[in-house]
Amino acid sequence: MNVTRGFTGRPRVLDPGLPPGQYDAGDDWPVLSAEVTPDLTPADWTFRIDGLVAEPRTWDWDEAHALPASVYEGDIHCVTGWSKFGVRFGGVSLDAFLDVVRPGASATHAVAYSHSGYTTNLPLADLTGGRAWIAWEYDGKPLPAEHGGPARLLVPHLYFWKSAKWIAGLRLLDHDEPGFWERNGYHARGNPWEEQRYSGD
Amino acid sequence: MAEATTVTEPAAAGATVTEPTGAFSPPTRFAVPGRIAVSDRAAALWQTATLTEIRRETPTVATFRFAVPGWAGHLPGQHLMLRLTAGDGYTAQRHYSLASPPDDTGHIELTLDHVEGGEVSGWFHTEARPGDEVAVRGPLSGFFAWPGDRPALLIGAGSGVVPLMSMIRHHRARGLDVPLRLLVSARGPEELVYAAEYGAETTAVFTRRAPEGVPVGRLSAALVAPLVAERPPGGWEAYVCGSNAFAEHASRLLVEAGQPVDRIRIERFG
Ligand SMILES: Cc1cc2nc3c(=O)[nH]c(=O)nc-3n(C[C@H](O)[C@H](O)[C@H](O)COP(=O)(O)OP(=O)(O)OC[C@H]3O[C@@H](n4cnc5c(N)ncnc54)[C@H](O)[C@@H]3O)c2cc1C
Repeated sequence: MNVTRGFTGRPRVLDPGLPPGQYDAGDDWPVLSAEVTPDLTPADWTFRIDGLVAEPRTWDWDEAHALPASVYEGDIHCVTGWSKFGVRFGGVSLDAFLDVVRPGASATHAVAYSHSGYTTNLPLADLTGGRAWIAWEYDGKPLPAEHGGPARLLVPHLYFWKSAKWIAGLRLLDHDEPGFWERNGYHARGNPWEEQRYSGD
Repeated sequence: MAEATTVTEPAAAGATVTEPTGAFSPPTRFAVPGRIAVSDRAAALWQTATLTEIRRETPTVATFRFAVPGWAGHLPGQHLMLRLTAGDGYTAQRHYSLASPPDDTGHIELTLDHVEGGEVSGWFHTEARPGDEVAVRGPLSGFFAWPGDRPALLIGAGSGVVPLMSMIRHHRARGLDVPLRLLVSARGPEELVYAAEYGAETTAVFTRRAPEGVPVGRLSAALVAPLVAERPPGGWEAYVCGSNAFAEHASRLLVEAGQPVDRIRIERFG
């Protein structure tokens, strides 16, 4: 360990909810997208799941809202270092969408893609079992555009770049295929508890 | 679907200039391709950076020069992760853009704004002195990189001008003749980072106080639209860097002026 002379840092907070190397951003919610925020209305929004599924399907705004509502209350973690505690997102569990399309036995991974063209890859196991959502509400209000509204993917147990904003679809694959940041040096899975920030971590 | 293109630019050692291809391309309106493939090895490795020099830029901004003998080389626009370690093992890590252009001096420069109450920038601005050692890993992210191959329209505010200055310095150091323009926004003349270094490529905008004869005002369509309209051969690649509010404002002006969304790259400092 190389100690930095004269550096003491902030008072230590013993917070078991904080993954290694992260800090509590409090009320801030920094925006980190590399592209222009798309001008997308709920009427323009669609969500599709295809690839290795029994029945590919596209939902529009109303069809997606007809699925059973589900809420995530908990924490989110961004690879740049901030974590945000006790956030509340409303939407639909991804399981409800996947139940309709029925993933094939060979499907192991997914590429999530946005209406902006952004992509990110995830193991299918990280998208099932009540751990992923399509979210359109934040704190009881419509999700703001700069945070991915009208609707974004929400996979809160992974670093937040996996939670693709302006979600347009999932393609299920039988292999892992790097998405936008993953092709730009970021980790394939992005588990904050193992500090999987960059490929090689 | 993107063709497999390889840009053969004599770039920095260690940075391979290829457009990453072959991955799934979604059937959506736009996808901004990465500019370079980054070295996983360089990104994974923590190295010691020894502070060799501190230069004041403005009352709240200073440039810090480091010796990093094993530096893999970078392209303008890339950033690194910097880590400070306290005696009890506690660490704080932040991203910083590379201010220096690619060169083979074994040195890199970062330019840091002193953020009120900032843990890392506070240490740099109140404690750091030559000889101090910190840890860095990088360069990271090929997305905002500019290899010097395409005409570049740069828009930055505050410390967001740091990665853009690396591009300007690279352009000058290599004597490149590909068009390059910078629109830089600062609150007042004394807050303009790198003020003495700008040349004919730069237009400064002052939002609170301006020098004699220069109007005070926000970055506007009247400034952005004529530059976008110049449309050099091959078109502009636009690079926007600053706070989120500034990035939203500037990128909207670019889109309204007709700049294609898939040719706008944005880096938000939060
Ligand atoms: C890709 C990228 C490139 C960047 N490049 C540059 C660059 O070239 N130059 C530059 O100056 N910056 C750059 N930044 C910003 C930089 O990473 C830091 O965010 C910035 O230096 C602030 O860090 P800090 O440790 O000084 O402040 P922090 O300690 O992170 O504080 C930031 C603000 O939040 C408050 N805060 C945060 N956490 C706490 C807490 N636990 N308790 C109390 N208050 C808190 C602070 O009071 C302060 O107002 C870049 C960011 C990114 C993402």
